[in-house]
Amino acid sequence: MAMDVLFLSRLQFGLTIGFHYIYPPLSIGLGLMLVLMEGAWLKTKNPVYHQMARFWTKVFALTFALGVATGIVMEFEFGTNWATYSRFVGDVFGSALAAEGIFAFFLESGFLAVLLFGWDKVGRKTHFFATCMVCLGAHFSAVWIVVANSWMQTPAGYHIVGEGLHARAEVTDFWAMVFNPSFTERLFHTICGAWSAGAFLVVSVSAWYLLKKKHVDFARLSLKISLVVALIASLLQGLSGHISAQGVAKNQPVKLAAFEGLYETTSNAPLMVIGWVDEKNSKTHGIEIPYLLSFLADNNFHSTVAGLNQFPPQDRPPVASSFFFFHGMVGIGCALIGVSLLGCFYAWKKKLVEKRWLLWLLVFSVLGPELANQLGWFAAEVGRQPWIVWHELRTPQGLSAVVKANAVLASLILFTFIYFLLFAVFIYLLNDKIQHGPHEDDLIPSGKLALPDELTEHKNHDL
Amino acid sequence: MTFDLNTIWFILVGVLFTGYAMLDGFDLGIGALHLFTKKDEERRVLLNSIGPVWDGNEVWLVTAGGALFAAFPNVYATVFSGFYLAFYLLLASLIFRAVAIEFRSKQPMFWWRQMWDIGFAGGSILSSLLLGVALGNIAQGVPVDERGEFAGTFLGLLQPYPLLVGITTVALFMMHGAIYGVMKTEGELHDKIRRWAMNAIIFFVICAATTTMATLLYIPHIAARVRDNPWLFSIVLANMLAIANIPREFHRGKDWLAFLSSCATIITLMLLFGLNQYPYMVYSLPNPENSLTIHNAASSSRTLETMLIIAGIGVPIVIAYTVCIYWIFRGKVKIDRMSY
Repeated sequence: MAMDVLFLSRLQFGLTIGFHYIYPPLSIGLGLMLVLMEGAWLKTKNPVYHQMARFWTKVFALTFALGVATGIVMEFEFGTNWATYSRFVGDVFGSALAAEGIFAFFLESGFLAVLLFGWDKVGRKTHFFATCMVCLGAHFSAVWIVVANSWMQTPAGYHIVGEGLHARAEVTDFWAMVFNPSFTERLFHTICGAWSAGAFLVVSVSAWYLLKKKHVDFARLSLKISLVVALIASLLQGLSGHISAQGVAKNQPVKLAAFEGLYETTSNAPLMVIGWVDEKNSKTHGIEIPYLLSFLADNNFHSTVAGLNQFPPQDRPPVASSFFFFHGMVGIGCALIGVSLLGCFYAWKKKLVEKRWLLWLLVFSVLGPELANQLGWFAAEVGRQPWIVWHELRTPQGLSAVVKANAVLASLILFTFIYFLLFAVFIYLLNDKIQHGPHEDDLIPSGKLALPDELTEHKNHDL
Repeated sequence: MTFDLNTIWFILVGVLFTGYAMLDGFDLGIGALHLFTKKDEERRVLLNSIGPVWDGNEVWLVTAGGALFAAFPNVYATVFSGFYLAFYLLLASLIFRAVAIEFRSKQPMFWWRQMWDIGFAGGSILSSLLLGVALGNIAQGVPVDERGEFAGTFLGLLQPYPLLVGITTVALFMMHGAIYGVMKTEGELHDKIRRWAMNAIIFFVICAATTTMATLLYIPHIAARVRDNPWLFSIVLANMLAIANIPREFHRGKDWLAFLSSCATIITLMLLFGLNQYPYMVYSLPNPENSLTIHNAASSSRTLETMLIIAGIGVPIVIAYTVCIYWIFRGKVKIDRMSY
């Protein structure tokens, strides 16, 4: 029975966190895009930027609402399904979560009101300030949740008090806990992934308008900004990924070995570009580039990289799935760099609109960051197994003692059903907003936003 | 009562939950009243009266949960795993409430709007009820074993007293929401909601009186606390005065003072609950020695200290901009193209 609760709880956590993680990256990325769009409007006074900000605000609202609705489930789920884990990490994880509430969620949701409903109620600068605060709040939430998650990967700044069931981690050094060894690089990597998600969504919709020859001025300008952000984000994503992987090599070598399907400890280790793992025979097949893994892990072509065989079997993560998730993420990440480079190149040559194949590619590019973000988290979390807190608490030990399998099954069925429904409605409404497109009225800012230059201009026209 | 860190955190967690009840309480109340009007236009006004603020209000629950996790991890773990199915139902209803607000007015079809209206109202009522039932169980006491784990069942949570507290919570939020609605609307709808508000007040007063009697009769540890500290009745008195003040302010045309009175009602109720509960966080029945208290369920004092600094920096900023935002959206609701 214990096995069943474990399996069901993990499945449910995977489902709920995976579904939740569709939305926050979009909010972070679109938040940044909104700041850029509105900032460009304030600077250039070009009304198309205003129209862009208004249009994407509506999409932002949709992703934000789903992010909040599915996020509250996550906060409850630690306590409901992982009570022993919650007792163990309360001192650490709880403080990060509470800080997230106070510093991030309040900021985000409070100023969201002004961003969404305040267009005609406050002046331009106040509105822009609100947009910046929403964007900042979204980024802060990433900071605190990555603090908590990184601590599970590379715990620091704590000691263990008590024994057995009553053992728990107590913070001894708050800042060492926050800036635990993997925090900065993982935060960098997560944020870049979120920027990609936001930028490629704008890229995709704009490319689709260009293909359909709708809202052409709007689409051209949107595409220009979003392609630049997409390129920067995907390049930084590569860099941050590299730094993260070096961190994994140093802090969690068995995880890197699983990512690469490396069984034997090897010097001059090759990098597996594409392949599959035969877990039964402890072998990995595929195309290799010699020396590259050693170089990437340690900046030296001849370094020794630890293989899985060096670690006891009960301390190894599942190899085939870790390998698959990690390589999937890296592959998509590289493809996104290629796509955004191509897009920027043709946009710079002013030939993008003629290249219909490329526009189609850009339309579908939106799936890239979505998949890569999911796969990346799967890799990070599956690669952490069998630990829930690295080398301190094993995943099965973290379960709630009193929760039975049938209860978990009930909640799992309920939430699978709810989430499918929500996803269907989300896609339906997103599509609806995209079909509607930007509002023509938004080319003329109204209310307090219009003051003072547009008003005087209109008066002159009347004369 | 000594003001050690644990007591301060007991108060702070209480303040966060009270803030949640006071703010999201009117959102849930508006939701509970939503189906009483049939006109689409009026339903939109109701929705948009909470439109800009409900999101931020729900964050109080998230932060209260986070603070409970951080300050009293054993309480968080025991209650959340113990009330497993009840909390998943609460989550499901909060989700339906949230997305219904977002989705409802995005399409003009009658069936679409009707579906989300039911989701909005159902989600709001069920959330209020379940929150109240959870509170009622904590007040009554739940079985806790010697490991500090919940030892009851899901059906065991649905006893008469917690259910009564649940219904009282629905009534309280309906009253609070109606008074908020009076403040935010004008014209015909305004008069209509004022009538609802008067009915909701009567409904709440009946529920509250029943709950008070039931508490004194059937919850011995709280009754004993009240007997030993008769001054607690002054809070009950303040609570009754706050309720009585609501119709008076309506009569004087000061709707926002009526709303503040309703807030005071909630604050005094939560204060009573907290004072009756202290220092227990989860009172164990029938074995009080297994109870979780603010001492045996807390985090390390270093964490409580760090968190106090975090709260000290964060909370004043939060309150400052929350007040600004409510100020920006003050006044009666006007439907425009940005509205829900």
